[in-house]
Amino acid sequence: MGWHKKVLRVNLTTGSCTPEPLNMEWAAEYLGQRGLATKYLLEEIDPKVDPLSPDNKMIFATGPLTGTAASTSARYSVITKGALTNAIACSNSGGYFGAELKFAGWDMIIFEGKAASPVYLHISDDHAELLPADDLWGKSVWETDEILHQRHQDPRLRISAIGVSGEKGVLYACIVNDLHRAAGRSGVGTVMGSKNLKAIAVRGTQGVQVKDPVRFMQAVGEKKQVLADNAVTGQGLPTYGTQVLMNVINEVGALPTNNARDVQFEGASNISGEAMHEPRGSENKPNLVTNQACFGCTIACGRISRVDKEHYTVKNRPEYWNASGGLEYEAAWSLGADTGVDDLDALTFANFVCNEQGYDPITFGATIAAAMELYEMGLITDEETGGIPLKFGSAEALTKMAELVGKAEGFGKTLGMGSKRLCEKYGHPELSMSVKGQEFPAYDPRGIQGMGLTYATSNRGACHLRSYTVASEILGIPEKTDPLATEGKAGLVKAFQDATAAVDSTGLCLFTTFAWSLDDFQPQVDAACEGEWTLERLSELGERIWNMERQFNMAAGFTGKDDTLPKRLRKEAAKTGPAKGKVNGLKVMLPEYYQLRGWDEKGVPTAETLQRLGL
Amino acid sequence: MMRSLTISPDKCTGCLQCEMACSYENEGVFNPVKSRIKVFVFEQEGRHVPYTCTQCADAWCQNACPTEAIQINAQTGAKEVNEGLCVGCKVCTIACPFGTVNYNQATGKVIKCDLCGGDPACAKACPTQAITYQDANWTGYDKMRSWADKTNTQATAQA
Amino acid sequence: MRYVIIGAGPAGVVAAETLRKQDPKGEVILIGDEPEPAYSRMAIPYLLAEHIDERGTYLRHATDHFENLGIRQIHEKVTAVDGTGHTLTLQSGESINFDRLLIASGSRPVAPPIPGLDQPGVHHCWTLADARYIADYAKAGSKVVLMGAGFIGSIIMEALVERHVELTVLEMGDRMVPRMMDQTAGNLIKHWCIDHGVNVRTSTRVMEVKPDDTGIARLTLECEAAKPIQADLVVVATGVRPETRYLENSGVQIRQGVVVNDYLQTTLPDIYAAGDVCEALEWGTGNHAVHAIQPVAAETGRVAAMNMTGSNTLYAGSLQMNILDSIGLISTSYGQWQGVENGESSELLDEARFRYIKLQFEADRLVGAITLGMTEHVGVLRGLIQSRTRLGRWKEHLMKDPSRIMEAYLGATHSA
Repeated sequence: MGWHKKVLRVNLTTGSCTPEPLNMEWAAEYLGQRGLATKYLLEEIDPKVDPLSPDNKMIFATGPLTGTAASTSARYSVITKGALTNAIACSNSGGYFGAELKFAGWDMIIFEGKAASPVYLHISDDHAELLPADDLWGKSVWETDEILHQRHQDPRLRISAIGVSGEKGVLYACIVNDLHRAAGRSGVGTVMGSKNLKAIAVRGTQGVQVKDPVRFMQAVGEKKQVLADNAVTGQGLPTYGTQVLMNVINEVGALPTNNARDVQFEGASNISGEAMHEPRGSENKPNLVTNQACFGCTIACGRISRVDKEHYTVKNRPEYWNASGGLEYEAAWSLGADTGVDDLDALTFANFVCNEQGYDPITFGATIAAAMELYEMGLITDEETGGIPLKFGSAEALTKMAELVGKAEGFGKTLGMGSKRLCEKYGHPELSMSVKGQEFPAYDPRGIQGMGLTYATSNRGACHLRSYTVASEILGIPEKTDPLATEGKAGLVKAFQDATAAVDSTGLCLFTTFAWSLDDFQPQVDAACEGEWTLERLSELGERIWNMERQFNMAAGFTGKDDTLPKRLRKEAAKTGPAKGKVNGLKVMLPEYYQLRGWDEKGVPTAETLQRLGL
Repeated sequence: MMRSLTISPDKCTGCLQCEMACSYENEGVFNPVKSRIKVFVFEQEGRHVPYTCTQCADAWCQNACPTEAIQINAQTGAKEVNEGLCVGCKVCTIACPFGTVNYNQATGKVIKCDLCGGDPACAKACPTQAITYQDANWTGYDKMRSWADKTNTQATAQA
Repeated sequence: MRYVIIGAGPAGVVAAETLRKQDPKGEVILIGDEPEPAYSRMAIPYLLAEHIDERGTYLRHATDHFENLGIRQIHEKVTAVDGTGHTLTLQSGESINFDRLLIASGSRPVAPPIPGLDQPGVHHCWTLADARYIADYAKAGSKVVLMGAGFIGSIIMEALVERHVELTVLEMGDRMVPRMMDQTAGNLIKHWCIDHGVNVRTSTRVMEVKPDDTGIARLTLECEAAKPIQADLVVVATGVRPETRYLENSGVQIRQGVVVNDYLQTTLPDIYAAGDVCEALEWGTGNHAVHAIQPVAAETGRVAAMNMTGSNTLYAGSLQMNILDSIGLISTSYGQWQGVENGESSELLDEARFRYIKLQFEADRLVGAITLGMTEHVGVLRGLIQSRTRLGRWKEHLMKDPSRIMEAYLGATHSA
């Protein structure tokens, strides 16, 4: 219950689609989605594998609560070895696709091998088949979506696809479902492209059942009320989306600006959630059209936006005049503050292109920012950029490069490598604001100390979604800690990491944790899933998953030396704001963190720890 | 006082909690396909429109049914499918000009909104009050009736 | 005031009830020529498939329904009508006077002029009595030939498949349901049926049905340019025709069916017609046609009764529409699915998955449609056609992707 106990194994090399039972012993240890799929991946591939080789596998995994009436039950994750990072990749997405996969009767799809020519997977309940996608290759995510809907004559077909960037090996390509929801980070779309897999189109009519429906509905109803009553999930997120943070984070001096040279951005208010509500442009209408929920979500933080028809990016280009997925905070930061651009329409357009061609706006923005710094240093020339001056603050540079990366053309090919490889190419690896090859997002660890440890230890490369200590350090959830202090942050990070890993394995959304703790998940999971799911079991599950991911990375060749931060964050003090004069205190926090984790001083889990967790 | 489902599409976020509540209430499973209420998405406009039976006064489905399987609930005014009498001929599904009677292949019967006997699960589950259950003379209902009338091609007595 | 209704099918029953509602004091007589309570032919396939018993076919389930309404029922055949004399004659010879008469005698099945169709083992599937006969002979494993794969043949086919007979379907036309489906859809349905184990042969002409002399089966069907087919039972579903034979000297005009005006009145002022027997205004074209379908029967029964009681009610016209379930493949057709002059059409076809949708437009209005494999919200096709909704910009959307019909409907009728 909760699970369908069914896995679809798709061998792209042979073209076979084979159902197999879900390993319920593993499900009892790893629950679903992130945890369970990582277990499968660890068991089935050599972590040293080249992520773009046919030997890498890619798993689309739902959780046991995906597709139920629980709030935020939309989630699925793509688990593979990341093209950008060479580490474990686990990218989580909402929209409607994940729930539909569940309705079709599948807990997960495991892709292996590589198709000889482009294909897409069509799933209609039990019937799964690979169909030719030669005519889709070279098409954007949006075109692919339209063509497949027509081909299968079904407006409710749910589609997950890669764009041209994923086909052409942009290393931070993502997998976009339902036009603008994405499994965004670490280059999972690049892996999909390397397998010649263009899309997955699914329609399900079987539904989902839970263990104890009456108790489940009772718990679900109570927890929905908790979300409704909470200031963040009940008001802030529906009204402003994650963009509620732009002005807040700028004020606390933790908004990385101009490739993290600064921690505050003059133009922040112009690209904030509040700005999205302001009438502007030729029609005097706001950027924001409406908020939109993912499947089952009673928060509805998603933004649906429009670019002004007269804006230079879309003038005489009606294909961009429709409403589509608008700016989330991370994208607004990376495309905006980090590049010094405060033109809201330009950012929205760049974000549209990221969705249209399927690549990660966080890494893209941070890569452009690094390129702008290299350009300023005279290392990147106008000749290379095709005559486009890559200046901080240039909206034109941002939007032109967005289109080039989308098709991996011109300088877009170089930018498509991500900042780590770009900066290495130009001889300044320290200018890449990345950890384990992945760019960090919108919280400067000089202003929010815990985020430094978060980035440094994140198993999938720098990321805010592995332990969002911002909740505690800035918003006071579950209790306020001092963002400038390092004391206690090791414990905070560990607790958040473990809880997040558990949440990411349920099928529900991490954003509920502004209002919910594991105590709130527990009765929902317990009523849905067979077996007894206590709070202790959920907590331990999270820690087990974290250590398993660590094991994967170590087997892939990562060591404690990779648990670090870009030099800038450790050596160059914040110039303004509350954190003025501060660098990140990683070196204080990391040893304590290792100790709390039960890892040795080199960051290797001890035998006792592994045994305690059953690893 | 007869009450009716009132729908305010501008408040709908597209979460489909209504579809889940409906399918659970009526079929005991989380399965939007079996929901009597459906949310339609106008992607390019960012608009979501929940849509279900308006329980029209002179019901096409009921008039078209050859086996008296669609009956009026005297308390709620809902046109309800009597599963025991429905043979699954689907004539009502083509007769309803609003497309709100659907055939359920799994059971061989048709399904339509029955207002959950007077306590509609969709309205209770809606987090934004896009679906409410209120007095039939609420203005929103008049609006729905006006477009229902526009589609009304049933013969009407001439004054 | 005495109202007499000939025919106890859906049109007659709805009319009788409406008459009672409109004129509580009038005398209402409902004459049907079958011994059973009023029932629905629509339900017969489900009876044959044993999903329901005979009671499940009844139009009204309360046993005293008609008595309670004060409707007198006569189970006898009408042999003649004297329209100007306001009388009709029953088979027994009895005469009945009427002030207002409703002709709702429906259709009768017709057989093609093939020798041997009049022998035991060959049967129509039209009445409850027919169904009982067929149920007796169509046992699991018995050889059954179904002649005709039109709409009625196709729904009977479904029932025969469920009875697990060894089924062969013969159709003279080049596809299944030729009057409801175009070539593409008709062929897809045929292939679907073949895939599901039914031996379907189109463009096949039966020359003669003879007793079988091999002892393997009861009958042998000789076919043109094909091997003979043996059968224990031959079900003839080659078409129906309005039952008007008893009206020859009635004085009402008959073409294909009983001709009526926009008030469902025949050429004689006190006589009306409804249901399968009448040739009424066709919705949207201005033509008159016989539309032998359930919703039209109910609607014309009601409208005719309104007019019989003096409540001047215009009939808007009948829209051709059908829905068919062929072993799980659901198909519909609406209105002018063949298209109209100077019209436009859009279609999507996925042969491998048996999905097809074709829309016909006249300017920016929908006038006809065919769907295959679509089960949700099919009714809006009727809504869009009959409301004559101007689709505006949604026409272009539908030209590109006709499956977005529900969005177009809501967009065109619910725009903010």
